[in-house]
Amino acid sequence: MYYKSTGQLTTNNYMNALKKAGNATNAFAKKWAEFVIKFKWPVLISTLVIAMGLGSQGNMEFDGDYHVFFSESNPELEAFDALQDKYTKDDNIVIVLSPSNGDIFTKENLIAIEELTAEAWNTPYSSRVDAVTNFQHTSAQGDDLYVDDLSYESASKTDSEIKSIKEKALKEPLLVNRLLNEKGSVTAINVTVRLPGKDSAKEIPEVTAFVRKSISDFQEKYPNFQIHSSGLVPLNTAFFESSMRDMMLTLIMLVIVILTTLILTRNFFSTLATLIVVLFSIMSAIGFVGIMGIKLTPPSSVFPTMILTLAVADSIHILITMLQKMRKDGYTKKDALVESMRLNFMPVFITSLTTVIGFLTMNFGDVPPFWDLGNITAFGMTMAFFYSTTALPALMAVLPVKVKEKKGILIEKSSWYTNLGHFVAKQPTKLAIISIIVIGAFTFLATKNRFNDEFINYFDETVQFRSDTDYISENLTGIYNVEFSVGSGESGGINNPEYLKKLNDFEDWLNEQPEVIHVNAFSEVARRVNRSMHGDNESYYRVPNSREEAAQYLLLYELSLPFGLDLNNQINVDKSESRVTITLQNISSAEMIAFSKRAEKWLQDNTPKPMHTIGVSPTLMFSKLGFRQADSMLKGNIIALILISLVLMFALRNFKLGLLSIIPNVTPVFIGFGFWAMYKAQINTGMVIVFGMTLGIIVDDTVHFMSKFLRARRELGYDARQAVIYAFETVGKALVTTTVVLLAGFAVLSTSSFALNSYMARITVIIILSALIIDFILLPALLILISKKDKVTTETPVKELEPQMQLDK
Amino acid sequence: MRTLILAGLAVLSTITLTAQNAEERGLQIAKAADQADQGFNSSIVNLKMTLKNKNGQTSERLLITRTLEQTTDGDKSLIVFNSPKDVKGTSTLTFTHKIGADDQWLFLPSIKRVKRISSNNKSGPFVGSEFAYEDLSSQEVEKYSYKFLEEKGNLLIVEQDPVDPKSGYTRRIVTYNKDKGYRIEKVEFYDRKNSLLKTLTYSDYKLYKGKFWRALTLHMVNHQSNKETVLKFSDYNFEAALADEDFTQVALKRAGQ
Repeated sequence: MYYKSTGQLTTNNYMNALKKAGNATNAFAKKWAEFVIKFKWPVLISTLVIAMGLGSQGNMEFDGDYHVFFSESNPELEAFDALQDKYTKDDNIVIVLSPSNGDIFTKENLIAIEELTAEAWNTPYSSRVDAVTNFQHTSAQGDDLYVDDLSYESASKTDSEIKSIKEKALKEPLLVNRLLNEKGSVTAINVTVRLPGKDSAKEIPEVTAFVRKSISDFQEKYPNFQIHSSGLVPLNTAFFESSMRDMMLTLIMLVIVILTTLILTRNFFSTLATLIVVLFSIMSAIGFVGIMGIKLTPPSSVFPTMILTLAVADSIHILITMLQKMRKDGYTKKDALVESMRLNFMPVFITSLTTVIGFLTMNFGDVPPFWDLGNITAFGMTMAFFYSTTALPALMAVLPVKVKEKKGILIEKSSWYTNLGHFVAKQPTKLAIISIIVIGAFTFLATKNRFNDEFINYFDETVQFRSDTDYISENLTGIYNVEFSVGSGESGGINNPEYLKKLNDFEDWLNEQPEVIHVNAFSEVARRVNRSMHGDNESYYRVPNSREEAAQYLLLYELSLPFGLDLNNQINVDKSESRVTITLQNISSAEMIAFSKRAEKWLQDNTPKPMHTIGVSPTLMFSKLGFRQADSMLKGNIIALILISLVLMFALRNFKLGLLSIIPNVTPVFIGFGFWAMYKAQINTGMVIVFGMTLGIIVDDTVHFMSKFLRARRELGYDARQAVIYAFETVGKALVTTTVVLLAGFAVLSTSSFALNSYMARITVIIILSALIIDFILLPALLILISKKDKVTTETPVKELEPQMQLDK
Repeated sequence: MRTLILAGLAVLSTITLTAQNAEERGLQIAKAADQADQGFNSSIVNLKMTLKNKNGQTSERLLITRTLEQTTDGDKSLIVFNSPKDVKGTSTLTFTHKIGADDQWLFLPSIKRVKRISSNNKSGPFVGSEFAYEDLSSQEVEKYSYKFLEEKGNLLIVEQDPVDPKSGYTRRIVTYNKDKGYRIEKVEFYDRKNSLLKTLTYSDYKLYKGKFWRALTLHMVNHQSNKETVLKFSDYNFEAALADEDFTQVALKRAGQ
């Protein structure tokens, strides 16, 4: 059916070569099975040694630093690192206090804040603690300048002093919407930490443990305060903890694997053997993690669940065939095992290969945690194939498996699938058209999805980091920010009045933008010191007029900075650039990017060239991560599609069907994303990888269905309709059961509180389910439709073909 | 039983004695160092301050420091900035006090005015350097409580705990050289959470007037921020015979012009 008039000879030779290869594979599989059974104990012990050996190298370390999401060549990370090199590099913890009386400015509350501030200075790696009480307040009376803590030793303050403290605080632009809300009912203590960055797996938990203890001690002493915390350190902690939580999902999946295997095989020893195979695979993968020195992150920490989900299918295929042969056909255990291995070796190999290819394509992306996930799972799946073809048959040979012979039951059960086959065979054209319309509609919907990588929303509301951060965004300040390092073009140029005026204009423009909550710019410092130097006269709240004035004010300002603060927070070493930090409302990634672009454009339109710069920040880095990942994964996905289609062509030994298989393999992803557009319409970085990954998984259904179809045509001489019905009868149930296992696995992952994992798993559930439906409706319809044309020319050669490599049981 | 109690008492008294001795000895050393430096009256010195950030980028400032020794209270000092150009002439006048906040005046040539600054911000950095005010202001015995730690050859190591609650440190570990007029060789600073913050090393010592040891290089390394500051002194002048009238607001204004 595949050779046309031209090139028939070469194709024929090629087919013969393949036929030999197929026969050879069959023979090889049989010999392999016999070998494994003969040397069952040595094989078992060797695999045990390999699994234990690899497992002993295992070392599960977690990395919570948000930097792990960015590859070294990521331009946003480079820009951000460049900014952090110019200025002080800081991480922080924001502790937000809301007293029940709704007023920060009472003696008791100020005492409490001072106390927690003092305690916060003891935070490991802390370099600075900022609170409303230790804010350096400057006031001027004539030529006398007074610089002091806003509220020092609050216990000694009188009511009228506290009243004046409140007035000063609520007027202070550096406090309001940053450390204090406009009403004065919520305040924050900002702890700046300087992590050495030598071992974030140790440093971050150390800081977190201290802060948590301080907070709980404080709450015990002052129960009238409500406390929330956020910041970059808690973000890293949340990443860290969600990795560990997602790893725990493995246990749930393990229970599901045991139950599923028990239900499907109805045999205790088979379940035990499956369990051993999957555990060996996971142990090996853990060894891989240790040997490669991979530090686990939320996306990569789901690898045990992935491996469990995917590896169990190998064992189930082999075991079900074996048990069927024993139950239905009355084979002895050994014969059934050899026969099952002969029938399944190649399908298990092919499906493992496509899965491994699918996972390896994650390396094309730009997000390192997914490289790890792809590589660990690919290694685990390779080992799963190895153990399924060694340890599993050896175990089954050793274990006392006994079954009752029950003939004929399976035929009855398959009737539902037969009916479905008849249904499709009756109206292929109609079904194909309906399917294509439905797929087209979903594909259209799929384009409505928008990237959104708001990292706060990576965590669902059950995670305290998320709920605390939401509280802070609603009641005090924004969590998202963008920074600009605005240059002056000359050393010491930040004191140039022209520069200061333009910077001031930029600050004013930023303050007018609706999404902006707070702007921290050097022009504000210049204005403030100028006012102080003129006896707090408000009309001098503007940038100085001469360069000398500005430079000398800056020196004065520098002389008044408190412990842990220096100009380098805001100004680079040779005073040629200053940093503008903009706090923003919770806006989506697209809005974030648009805002940054708008600000960049404003600088281009309104300032001289040296002041033109780009916005950078972790928020912006995450905002662009999805786009970057999608761009870089495109190539990987195309390669995966080509490779997997080639594998299919080889496995089916049919170019045309290999090509046709692209339709049922690709369209489920369109449906998945179309469905998603109706469900959330927001996609994140984690979902970009699903194309390559699910391709490697769902292709199994196509392989099984098409190979049965071909077998019916080639070996049994059926026409296309009969062949479709035959395919339904023989693999319908197997496809449903493996789909159920896959759905269970990804359903478990979809309960993750971390959106990169849960969204990925949820869309995978939809994709796998649609793949099954497409394989049951569109694929058979298409197979019938394309065969019609070939019928006349291909009828004869089909019958000549020998049964060759079999992809079925 | 009785012997046991006696032994216990003996041990206890030894501990108390040692503790007391450590504190007394520490204080003695500090006093000795203070004593050794008394009588220099006044000095003028040029200072080059080099700031280096974690990436090795540097910036420089040139200053002239005049110091007038005081016996009953902390020393008086007048600092004039000579570079960078745009701050040239900016000067500070500081009266340090043994107890309480220092008095400080600032002269800005751009507005030709003297400003008095009232601040008890001793722990803040001095013009962006890794030196805090409290590291540079005159070292008065009363500012610390002491504990002698150990003796290594001619080096005496003393822990100093600041008395002022606003200090940025919990303690300093100071190494004195008892053979060289109790000059300081090294100071380690521990921050409020008691982790090592900075190390200050004194080098290029020179003996002036046969009595006063002056280190011409002070090298401060901040271990937490990886920034460094080097102070290079040159042209020490102990012969200027400065007096109180050289340390007034008028003198400040004059110095800056």
